[in-house]
Amino acid sequence: MKKDALRDKVAVTGVGCCPFGENWDQAPSDMIVDAAYQAYADAGIESPQRQIDAVFTGSIYSNKGPHECSDALKLFGKPVTMVSNYCATGTDAFRCGVLSIVAGLYDTVLVVGYDKPKDRGVSGPSVMMDRVRDLPQTPAGWFALCASTYFAKYGAGREELARIAVKNHKNGTLAPNSFLKREITVEEALSARMISWPFGLYDCAAQTDGAAAAVITRADLAPKGSVLVKGVTVVAGPNPQKDPENDFLSWKPTGWAAEQVYAQAGISSPFDEIDVAQLHDCFTLTELLSYEDLGFIEKGAAKEHIAAGTFALGGKLPVNTDGGLKAFGHPTGATGVRMIYENVLQLRGQAGPRQVKDARLALSHNIGGHPTACGIAILGRG
Amino acid sequence: MAGIVSYGAYIPPTRLGFAVIAGRPPKDGGPERAVAWNDEDAVTMAVAAGANALRGFDRAGVGAVFFASTSYAFKEKQGAALIAKALDLPRDTRTSDVSGSLRAGSDALHAAFDAVAAGSAKLALVVASDSRLGAPGSAQELAFGDGAAAFLIGASDTIADLDGAHAFAEEIVDVWRSEGDPFVHSWEERFVVQEGYTPGITEAVRGLCERIGAKPGDFTKVALYAPDARSFAGAAAALKLERGALVDPLFGRLGNAGVAFAPLLLVSALESAKPDERVLFASYGDGAAAFAFSLTSQVEKLEPRRGVAFHLARRRAVASYDRYLKARSLDAKEYAGGRDAGLSATIHFRERDEDISLAGQRCQRCGGLQFPIQRVCERCFAKDDFERVRLADRIGRVVTYTFDFFFPTPDPPTIVTITDIDGARVHLQLVDVRPEDVKIGMPVELVFRRIHQVGGRPNYYWKGVPRP
Repeated sequence: MKKDALRDKVAVTGVGCCPFGENWDQAPSDMIVDAAYQAYADAGIESPQRQIDAVFTGSIYSNKGPHECSDALKLFGKPVTMVSNYCATGTDAFRCGVLSIVAGLYDTVLVVGYDKPKDRGVSGPSVMMDRVRDLPQTPAGWFALCASTYFAKYGAGREELARIAVKNHKNGTLAPNSFLKREITVEEALSARMISWPFGLYDCAAQTDGAAAAVITRADLAPKGSVLVKGVTVVAGPNPQKDPENDFLSWKPTGWAAEQVYAQAGISSPFDEIDVAQLHDCFTLTELLSYEDLGFIEKGAAKEHIAAGTFALGGKLPVNTDGGLKAFGHPTGATGVRMIYENVLQLRGQAGPRQVKDARLALSHNIGGHPTACGIAILGRG
Repeated sequence: MAGIVSYGAYIPPTRLGFAVIAGRPPKDGGPERAVAWNDEDAVTMAVAAGANALRGFDRAGVGAVFFASTSYAFKEKQGAALIAKALDLPRDTRTSDVSGSLRAGSDALHAAFDAVAAGSAKLALVVASDSRLGAPGSAQELAFGDGAAAFLIGASDTIADLDGAHAFAEEIVDVWRSEGDPFVHSWEERFVVQEGYTPGITEAVRGLCERIGAKPGDFTKVALYAPDARSFAGAAAALKLERGALVDPLFGRLGNAGVAFAPLLLVSALESAKPDERVLFASYGDGAAAFAFSLTSQVEKLEPRRGVAFHLARRRAVASYDRYLKARSLDAKEYAGGRDAGLSATIHFRERDEDISLAGQRCQRCGGLQFPIQRVCERCFAKDDFERVRLADRIGRVVTYTFDFFFPTPDPPTIVTITDIDGARVHLQLVDVRPEDVKIGMPVELVFRRIHQVGGRPNYYWKGVPRP
């Protein structure tokens, strides 16, 4: 990897995000249009058919390919690509857009992440059974597999997880487009019905419909002071369920992706240099492990930092300022782009009551699959 | 030496024309299938075929009856005992039903030859009979036919001596019928033929030829099971069988008569066989089986039998599709869309070694065990350099676990673990243990259990139980 090839070459000039939720009355195309036109307006794009050179879109539930997005937006006669990478889909679509501009191919690219899981008629994620040995299993069961091992080694437990849920629920009340706008208590979180031990209901992200969009442009064509891309990468990892080397104390892909993206962004001390972070809290434990796997803090130190409020709004490094997957909602393909949306608002000082003071460098992180992939994007004030 | 002493058949006279199925009037000479009418079933056809085989023989010598069918009416209550009584066979005749597979007809023959060769029965009667239902409007409804074949197996006065047989079993969900479901289902026809039928039937015939030192082209009469005319021609070509040797598979006249189909073709072969002819008989279902016979001079002495030719000549056309539906108590509307097909049968087939045998692999370069079977080593990245290793007999150790309350189960939670089996990691459910007794590092044994049921089919896989 050429670590300097990407930094400050691409600006994010417009972002948009539709309200996340059980959008029964909206088709995917409605949400795509809402998010994209908001991003157009934000970027000052008046004639998208003329000004957008290419589109990268991401979804894991759609089986309609890129046409669903191009048809909704009537963007024809230009390349439209569908990206699919489990929960890292949104960040991966963003990465592909950035790379196409860095390569010198296009001036302005639209990135759209979306998903519509609530049209499936089931609550929560699908129980996926394609093959005989696919156990009756859910993402909660996949991500819970680090709990018994981590708890045994580092002494954290369900209460630390509950505190993460409480924080993200609180942050969610401050974001206008979030799904859940209700604060909860540690006791409520601990007494909620069990989903997959140690995850109770409040340890699990809210699965919702939603779409988010970003307009990205060659940095030299963007207005001065635009938010710039400092680094972005997506890495693949082994399936932890069969990886013979897995210790179930961390998720490997996050560490690998962090190393790459910090090199791109020129970051040597992430905890000191990053001002705000959106982390993949599909489950509370995923956020906890990510504090450590991203090198914010030492392995095993999450318990004390959670108690100290390090990652709360007003703490040293606020995490999931808009409520995260937990409270803002998790339309899988949209999530990574929604994080870009939130980080752009934070870097511009437009995040209202959840604004992190003087945020200059922002990180967003997705981990997807069993988990088997991680995407990280770092944006900075121009 | 054991061989066939006599044979008989029964094909119902009623014929359902394809034109009638399509809602048109019956058409003389058009394609049709034989249909058991409302007072006929697998047992009545079996009794008729058995009586035809026994005609002129001393019933007191019949020491065993094997009844093969997939469509017999009872789950518990033997068909062979009923048939033996209807045929007035001796009280001490041993009776067995053989079922569960299209191959049941040849399985029953195999057992009868063994019984006679072992001396435990002087004569053994084999009856294979089927009246399988295809759902109204389905391809099976057109393809299936009803009928029965019977053979008297003995050691003396044989008309056809058994030169050898070869059979093997395969785990494949290509054609199936679940309990409580009246209709036979099939996975995509191309899969059934390309992965199931064609390789199966050719493996059985080649295995037989190797065993007895013959070539497929040596046979002058070939009774070959096939699901349809096209795969019949494909298998015959693959085996380089003599065109003139092929017994007419009667597609468009009889129809695929299930476990009786290949046996009926064998009857057809015997009807016209001359002394010293060599007959090949091959049947398919969950594997395949092939048998070789040499005709003796006795064939010319056997009184004419009521076999296939006799029954094909008797026919009565069904006047309308509605009458057929009534006779079989079918409601055409009931089965509009078909059931959920369940898990992919092709994936099930590809992964049967891992899922059913719990086979993993050992990397020949780094020596590490891993699961499932993969092309590139998880540890050292060696490619295609593995030895198959059976994991099911080993002891695993729990690496980590969770209790899943989300998945609907009668007794939540589902205990899900990552279990290490000598270095291979397996995503494994733990059963017969209380959640509070699950510990990291605990030793577990592997047990074969139902893992889930989708589309009316149970699926089987391995689970862990605490080592006693």
